[in-house]
Amino acid sequence: MPHKTFFAFILPSLIAMVLFIALPIVSVVVQSFHVEHGRILVQVESCQPFGGCTTETRVDTAAMAELREEQPMGRFNGFGTYLNRGHLAVDEIGAILANNNGIGDIVTRIYNLPLYKALAFTLVFCFVVTPIAMALGFVIALAVNTVPKMVKGPVIFFSLLPMIITPLIGSLILYWMIQPNGIIGANLRVLFDDPTLSLRQSPLLTWLSLLFYGVWTNAPFSFVVFYAGLQTVPADTLESAMIDGASRWERIRYVVIPHLAPLATFVALVQLMDNFRVFEPIVGFSAEANATSLSWLIFNDLSGDAQLFGSAGATSVITIIGVIILLSPVLVRTWREFNHKVV
Amino acid sequence: MKLLLKTTVSLGVLCLTAGAAFADCGIEGTGSVRILSNDFEALRLINSTAEECAADGITVTANATAEHKNLQVPALSINPAEYSVAVVANNSIVPLMNADLIRPLDDLVAEYGADLQPNQLIKIDGKTMAIAFMGNAQHLFYRKDILDQAGIAEPKSYEDILAAAEKIKADGLMEYPLAASDKPGWDLAAEFVNTYLGTGGEFFAPGSAELAIDNENGMKVLETMRALTQYMDPDYLTFDANGIQAEYKAGNVAMMVQWGSLAGDMLDGEGAAEGVVENTVLAAAPVIDGGTTPAVALWWDGFTIAKNISDDDAAASFQAMVHGISPEMVAANPTVATWLVKGYEPGPNAVGVIATANAGARAYPMQPYMGLLHTALSAELAEYMAGSEDAAQALADVKAAYDTAAKEGGYL
Repeated sequence: MPHKTFFAFILPSLIAMVLFIALPIVSVVVQSFHVEHGRILVQVESCQPFGGCTTETRVDTAAMAELREEQPMGRFNGFGTYLNRGHLAVDEIGAILANNNGIGDIVTRIYNLPLYKALAFTLVFCFVVTPIAMALGFVIALAVNTVPKMVKGPVIFFSLLPMIITPLIGSLILYWMIQPNGIIGANLRVLFDDPTLSLRQSPLLTWLSLLFYGVWTNAPFSFVVFYAGLQTVPADTLESAMIDGASRWERIRYVVIPHLAPLATFVALVQLMDNFRVFEPIVGFSAEANATSLSWLIFNDLSGDAQLFGSAGATSVITIIGVIILLSPVLVRTWREFNHKVV
Repeated sequence: MKLLLKTTVSLGVLCLTAGAAFADCGIEGTGSVRILSNDFEALRLINSTAEECAADGITVTANATAEHKNLQVPALSINPAEYSVAVVANNSIVPLMNADLIRPLDDLVAEYGADLQPNQLIKIDGKTMAIAFMGNAQHLFYRKDILDQAGIAEPKSYEDILAAAEKIKADGLMEYPLAASDKPGWDLAAEFVNTYLGTGGEFFAPGSAELAIDNENGMKVLETMRALTQYMDPDYLTFDANGIQAEYKAGNVAMMVQWGSLAGDMLDGEGAAEGVVENTVLAAAPVIDGGTTPAVALWWDGFTIAKNISDDDAAASFQAMVHGISPEMVAANPTVATWLVKGYEPGPNAVGVIATANAGARAYPMQPYMGLLHTALSAELAEYMAGSEDAAQALADVKAAYDTAAKEGGYL
């Protein structure tokens, strides 16, 4: 295809990408370098239905409007927001490393900083859920592939259900089921013979429930892709392997898996990206006490009475950088394979 | 024939009363009234009463949504504003004040506010900025039957509550006699703010945004909050106000500090186990540490009028809202809320809130940076409440998180 035709062909999507992806990211980056103007405070008298009148502090709105007129973006803060305690916390980490009681103390105290606490759960979620969900999806795909044609449609539909359900609703459903009076929670109490067992009280059990939910909701995506891939496995190769006396396991190991390997790269890429943005289950499970994620931090900055746009912007940029770092090994591999094929 | 006659007569009466409502409202001139409010029964009632004012040249629309706090600042920032009326509370008026989005109401009060009582006017810097119409507070709900069985009188303080809980547990009457809305987030932070108000301490150094909770009062509050949790269901960190309401209704809880606005729902008793409702007593919120101030915040709900709208719209909006909170509406619906309106006779659901207010509870602070402290508390107290951190560390974390946010917000 001549370059000109190619360019004309992708121009509409290029424009859409710049408008809806590139520009918003630029605006988030710019936002993250700014903080609010210093507030000009005044003392005024305020009267309420209870307790009568008191002297209270207010923001001088007229003076603030002037400041905002001059500099609508707010005060330039450079990397200040990135380095503060809410984000990379360089000063705090420096203090911890300079003065501590051994490794355990360092880990506990760093885990006490919001970004690192969130990062810990986010990474564990990524690296536990992605491989398990992919393996589970692959096993389901193999199983469905051997089901008689007649029932295949319904079986596929049911296997896809976790993906069809809105994540927030899905997590709420599971959350209700693991409550002490829910079907799973009550049965676990009987099973472990522990009437005080509750999946919601300890950090470990909360994490396990969240990871379980992650696998449940992510497996169908892997299943769909692998199932589609299974339809392209060459029948000749499989037959010749059978003639050579290969067992079902050997056929999967030496024919199917190598054939699906490039697909697995693709699935891993998408899933890692998705799982790094884990958010809904934390809200759905009311798990904020024991598990937070980067996306939850952004949500927390933007909800409530006082919104911190600079802080949310900085966390967003850190999330984007995190996704790039996570994906780089896979991207590099894809790039090498691509070059290899061209040569 | 008789039926037909009856129907005609009742229809006629209906038309007449509807007509009377129109006539009652009597807004002069033209204007558009657009209300933004939170979503609960009392506010929906006010909205629908205000909507009666719709007439020739007057349109009234209302949007009652739990997301009102996120909508109000952007919606009132544009010119003309998306909503002409924002219904707010002590805390949600602050962002509107900070951004100068609401107008002083003194002229409108003088012209159309004959029915309003002086204590309904929220005055800031001498100017009326909001008209309050209902009060709310958390207060004690307790089960008289359980306390009688344990031989305990009505608890007046958190120390009483702890002693009562110990006795109830020891007597085997209930395993988890207490409940509180300790869910990390807004609820948990509100619990801290409540209890801290009871100590008489101030949250900030006078006249500045410097945090001042890192003291004995702060420690005492945290210790009390954690001491209470040993008598709660182990899942206490996942319960919000609705969660503890359900637990209490199920008969699992003997004492809790719960919202006055949920007292009506409790007394209705929908979904409650047998014996819960008739044995429930509503009492003033407990005091703490030998103090005399109830350890809860008082709240008011009121309406404000947007700045970025025409004077006609503002006048129409004010009149429609005054009609919405009229003494007639309150007289017809006395049990929906604890009204601050003229002629209101408190019903059985309001005794707790009124006892709390009479005992001298303090209002939820309205400082412009209080929202930042609330957010810092909501995230940083969770680990302490879960038992994985000590109180001193929790207070230090709150201070560090608040300082970071306040610097970013331009207050420090």
